[in-house]
Amino acid sequence: MPDDVGMSVAVQLFPTCISDVVAQQTVTDTERVLDALGIDHQRPSGTTCCGQPAFNSGHDGPARAVAKATLKALDDGSDLPILVPSGSCTSMVRLHWRELFHGTPEAEAATRIARRVRELSSYLVEHTDALRELNPALAVRVGYHDSCHMLRELRIKDAPREVLQTVAGLELVELDSSERCCGFGGTFSGRYPDVSVAMADTKIDDMVTAKIDVLVSSDPGCLMQLAGRMSRQGTPVRAVHLATLMAEALA
Amino acid sequence: MSATREDVGGTPLPPGWAKPAHQPDAFELTTTTFEERAAKTMARPFARGAIANATDHAAALTTARFVGTDHQALREEARRIRAHAIANLPDYLDQWIDQAERKGTIVHYASDESEARRIVAQICTDQQITRVVKSKSMASEEVSLNSALEAVGVDIYETDLGEFVVQAMGDRPGHVIAPILHRTKDEVHELFSAMAGHELPNEAEALTAFAREGLRHAFLTADAGISGGNFLIAETGDVLIVTNEGNGRLTTSLPPIHIALVGIEKVLPRRRDLAVLLPLLTGHGTGQQITTYVSVSAGPRRQGEPDGPEQMHVVLLDAGRSALLGGEFEEALHCIRCGACQNVCPVYRQVGGHAYGWVYGGPIGAVLTPLFRGQEEAGELAQATTLCGACDDVCPVKIPLHDLLLGLRRRSDADGHVPRHEQLAFALWAQVWSRPLLYRATTAVARGSLRTLARDGVVSAKNPLLRRWTAGRDLIVDRRPR
Repeated sequence: MPDDVGMSVAVQLFPTCISDVVAQQTVTDTERVLDALGIDHQRPSGTTCCGQPAFNSGHDGPARAVAKATLKALDDGSDLPILVPSGSCTSMVRLHWRELFHGTPEAEAATRIARRVRELSSYLVEHTDALRELNPALAVRVGYHDSCHMLRELRIKDAPREVLQTVAGLELVELDSSERCCGFGGTFSGRYPDVSVAMADTKIDDMVTAKIDVLVSSDPGCLMQLAGRMSRQGTPVRAVHLATLMAEALA
Repeated sequence: MSATREDVGGTPLPPGWAKPAHQPDAFELTTTTFEERAAKTMARPFARGAIANATDHAAALTTARFVGTDHQALREEARRIRAHAIANLPDYLDQWIDQAERKGTIVHYASDESEARRIVAQICTDQQITRVVKSKSMASEEVSLNSALEAVGVDIYETDLGEFVVQAMGDRPGHVIAPILHRTKDEVHELFSAMAGHELPNEAEALTAFAREGLRHAFLTADAGISGGNFLIAETGDVLIVTNEGNGRLTTSLPPIHIALVGIEKVLPRRRDLAVLLPLLTGHGTGQQITTYVSVSAGPRRQGEPDGPEQMHVVLLDAGRSALLGGEFEEALHCIRCGACQNVCPVYRQVGGHAYGWVYGGPIGAVLTPLFRGQEEAGELAQATTLCGACDDVCPVKIPLHDLLLGLRRRSDADGHVPRHEQLAFALWAQVWSRPLLYRATTAVARGSLRTLARDGVVSAKNPLLRRWTAGRDLIVDRRPR
């Protein structure tokens, strides 16, 4: 470790509901990367969901009720960073909780938590020197998918790419459609399945053309969508979370 | 008009070339769902390809147009101008009316669509207008103007090439500035060959020449020209339109009567505001620095002037606009109808404009349609987006489309326009997931069930609960964490 030898940086980790249901591996891989970096981490007990599925469907009441449980679990009196391995959940907590809890007794706590949450790649990018010293290596051709809320709400674009570039042997390809929505859109994917799938297909066509081995993203929702469609089509591209790729490169 | 008016040049189009115009109640908005309408376009892979190619091309032209300029500052200035104009709309509208009337323009106010139809039909009847040339106007689509004019015996000639094709096919425009974006050249070739009665060369130039011959005759024999308006300049009382084909200039200046139908929100305070808004409209619309024609209609022909219409009417169209003033959705009125949000929308790219069921497609359509047609009829459209935010980033006047869409979803919820099963599902979800213990129990059950259903790590069976997902996708089941 460079400067902070002997010091451990403590972070909280908010797994998010989508990881709890379909992508637990994302959370354990995040923990593996943090372990490799010697960063102490902890999952606060009692987190559920950030409320996004209801909030984005226009149902603020249910969104607030659910988000409140998570808010209480995260508001531990510390000012430790709270890492979130999902761009859109980070965006929800960081940008929309203030609005959701405006005028409620939780308003102040919501602002506190909003300041603490960090999207995973934007945290890891501060540790690229340390990552390089761990000699991550993986011989793969990788494309990156910018998830919409991470790109256009949090304005994070370079961080995940810089993290990927610490991996020796990894070839990062810019996909023409890297910024185009994958068609997941939360409840949209179930409301309009055919449109949603068609949207995924245009991304997948692009990945096949670019001949990538692995598609990396930082949002479990997009990955569920793209991996699910590619699995159905038999497309020979893996879709994995940034944490998973980094854990594999560090293994 | 005399019987000899036909001998003027050009070639008259064959009788019955145009399909009857759509009736005001013929919009599919109320009779079908977004999903059903989207399926229609998606069943035509060629249309999908055409839409994707055309929108990608247009979006790239827009990006290229503003390279090396202070685009963000220009957008911010445009936002400010539009916000100011709309915040003071009644005053600027009064000023515009005052100035226009001084120049001899006859101003009418249509509070709704049927009033707009009635006013224009009345002008046609009063002035014995039987043949009209028309340049592209989305406002006229809103009010289904053509059917109202047909009903009083007026022959209409859409003179924008795209709208001409739309009219001949009995179609509707699929995009605010590129009406036949969803059509291919082959379809136009087939159509025009049938109209001509012989096979035309399948080349853009030859096809355009065919339309031009027919339209030339129409221009030279029309009793009136009907246009829309891109801007109303309050300071001068003028109506400004931008076109690339020259048809707009002919429509507004050649026939003896010019009628413009313009939404009241198109007002700009001063002529100099055009320095900001015009390059943004054309740059975001077509990637051009300026369109081939920018035509300013400043009232009827004055004494001593060699050309221009003898009469100029402007019908100001409200139709749901003033109701938005001062409210949560006022910013929707800032729109200058450039179509840029349609060009970058990943949903529009798949489904085209018709899926939105009314006049406007894409993000602005998903906002304007519920606002103009009512939440009960059109509230669903606000759900037909992934909230990806690409529209916010491209809008030349920085309309927060994402926030407006979310606001409409909230209003549907508050007004009880959300299906009962959805309300119940979210209420139940909130009861369970607001309690960490129940959350842990239900997520564990969900994981276990998925692992039980999974074959080789994926759920692909058409499970009734998951069928909306699994019809086109597998559900990848997470490995048990090591």
